[in-house]
Amino acid sequence: MRIALTSVFVDDQRAALTFYTEVLGFTKRRDIPLGDNFWLTVVSPESIDGPELLLEPSDHHAVKPYRDALVEDGIPLAQFAVDDLEAEHARLTSKGVVFTQSPTDVGTAVVAVFDDTCGNLIQLIEEKADKNHADAR
Amino acid sequence: MVHVFRALDDETRRLVLDELSVRDGQTLFEICSVLTMRHGLSLTRQAISQHLGVLESAGLVVTERRGRSKFHYFNPEPLAEITGRWPTRKRTEQ
Repeated sequence: MRIALTSVFVDDQRAALTFYTEVLGFTKRRDIPLGDNFWLTVVSPESIDGPELLLEPSDHHAVKPYRDALVEDGIPLAQFAVDDLEAEHARLTSKGVVFTQSPTDVGTAVVAVFDDTCGNLIQLIEEKADKNHADAR
Repeated sequence: MVHVFRALDDETRRLVLDELSVRDGQTLFEICSVLTMRHGLSLTRQAISQHLGVLESAGLVVTERRGRSKFHYFNPEPLAEITGRWPTRKRTEQ
């Protein structure tokens, strides 16, 4: 079994595509019309055949209260890995991205949380080089 | 003032204030992750939320909404009341 696709709810699929590609730097993978919406996915340019992220419309009535409660407490809905979190934080901040948590050293990793402008908080993680980790890979 | 002493009479709540005084303005998520990862505490989010409630009702923590998230700030004013009531002074030798 593999994780091939996961999703985040987005308020506006086109605005989300712009943010996830032009600001974050992901690549559009699928864009298939589906009624009023689209089957819209992005992938990391570092892993074109890797897991897809579905930018799913947030029009179901359960989405708003669910996301509002999570965002109020600062809880991220997805986590993306980066090689250099300080550099990503500086790059995204310069593009106007708002962080609810600045880079924080949590021992085994450095993490930060930003607002994806589509209704979600997203965590970035830079795992620290670790011998045990290297062995596990 | 009783609320302040009660709020401070707990190691977890003192750690929360320690962390907020290092970096002010944290979400519940950040406070939880820092307490777990830096201090090895395995408390539920609800428990930490209750601790924050105690600190807030004692006036030691204030919250502010920015955007759609709620941030917690350390407010040292109640502590100033304590030192105001019992100011530190040099002991005068008899």
